[in-house]
Amino acid sequence: MPKVKVPRKSTSVDMTAMTDVAFLLLTFFMLATQFKPDEPVTVNAPSSVAEVPLPDVDIMTITISNDGRVFFSMEGQQYKEELIRKMSAIKQVPFSEKEIKEFSLMSSFGVPFSQLKELLAEKSEERAKFNQSGIPSDSTNNELADWIWQARLSNNKVRVAIKGDQDANFPVVKQVIATLQDKKVNRFNFITNLTTESVEK
Amino acid sequence: MAEIEGGGGGHKKGGKPKGKKMSTRVDFTPMVDLGFLLITFFMLTTSMNKPKTMEINMPVKEVTEEEKQKVKASQAITLLLAENDEIVYYFINEQTGEPETPVITNFSKGGIRATLLSKNKELLDKANNNNYDSIPILREMYKTNQIKEDEMKSRIAGIKSNKDALIVVIKADDKAKYKNLVDILDEMLICNIGRYAIVDISPLEADLIKTAMATSNSPVTPK
Repeated sequence: MPKVKVPRKSTSVDMTAMTDVAFLLLTFFMLATQFKPDEPVTVNAPSSVAEVPLPDVDIMTITISNDGRVFFSMEGQQYKEELIRKMSAIKQVPFSEKEIKEFSLMSSFGVPFSQLKELLAEKSEERAKFNQSGIPSDSTNNELADWIWQARLSNNKVRVAIKGDQDANFPVVKQVIATLQDKKVNRFNFITNLTTESVEK
Repeated sequence: MAEIEGGGGGHKKGGKPKGKKMSTRVDFTPMVDLGFLLITFFMLTTSMNKPKTMEINMPVKEVTEEEKQKVKASQAITLLLAENDEIVYYFINEQTGEPETPVITNFSKGGIRATLLSKNKELLDKANNNNYDSIPILREMYKTNQIKEDEMKSRIAGIKSNKDALIVVIKADDKAKYKNLVDILDEMLICNIGRYAIVDISPLEADLIKTAMATSNSPVTPK
């Protein structure tokens, strides 16, 4: 019997198809990605069975950290620019164009108004280290109320979301809710994580 | 694929320019490597699950006493959120108008949820109102296309506006955590309670928590 000749095949594979798939997936993830804004505090939101997703636009978020500090953030650069202009007019503290720009790019902040310039002067990478004491929200100096009110004037469609840490003490939450009610915001959302809790009839 | 004419410099020997055919194949392996590296990066940075929200409607603050709805005593339950994830609840006695003995419970399944569900059922049975629709189940049915959106909305509205159902008054103590508030609002959703209110706690009730805690040496913690 003659020897069966096994033809030597090249080991190189056509990679084109694989590249196509890889880049298709890459494109998808690039477009679907929304970078998480760097928060000054990490908040561990409580879980609930609520299933309403948080809207992306027209929202301001009041974050309450577990040690009771209050942070404020708002979506939309143009609204934030308007917000800081309005706030600077009210507080009679002038802000330079550069600071206004910085403010519109900043995600969440939690400093009294008097320290805001200091915070804006920091580089955005350094801000995480800045000791943010929280926005004053007590009755003697309720800056949070100003922020909420001016934010609503800047964007009249804005909705309020409260993102509290699960270990935040209730009095702080009560304070924030009372402030909201004071400013005639009677409808707001609590941000929660989804759990799969069995539902009973 | 595009053809690339390889080898342009064939004039040395004076003869015909002999275009040397070079392979047009390119090694794609590094490109794939790069592609997958970037995919991995984007996959890890993407946060796919969006946060969920719970909507709260608070009453308008400036309501006069007359405008406030008077709650029928037999229909209401007051939940006091205390520290250490405990709840003190009491009913108001219909005859005397005095609060009944407070009971301590917790957020476990057999705790506050069992109380709310049984009390709600009892009230609905008494009123012969068999509205046992469940908000989460209706939502689920809508999602799986068993019912239309309008039907879901009207049936949920039916649950919420049921005149005979339990009314819950939520009062959180200063030592309570934010988690407790969200949990109890969650229970409202699970137990189909459409009418509830978050009210500030009075000093009287804060004392009530203290006495209730003090009197119960071994708190009842049903599991």
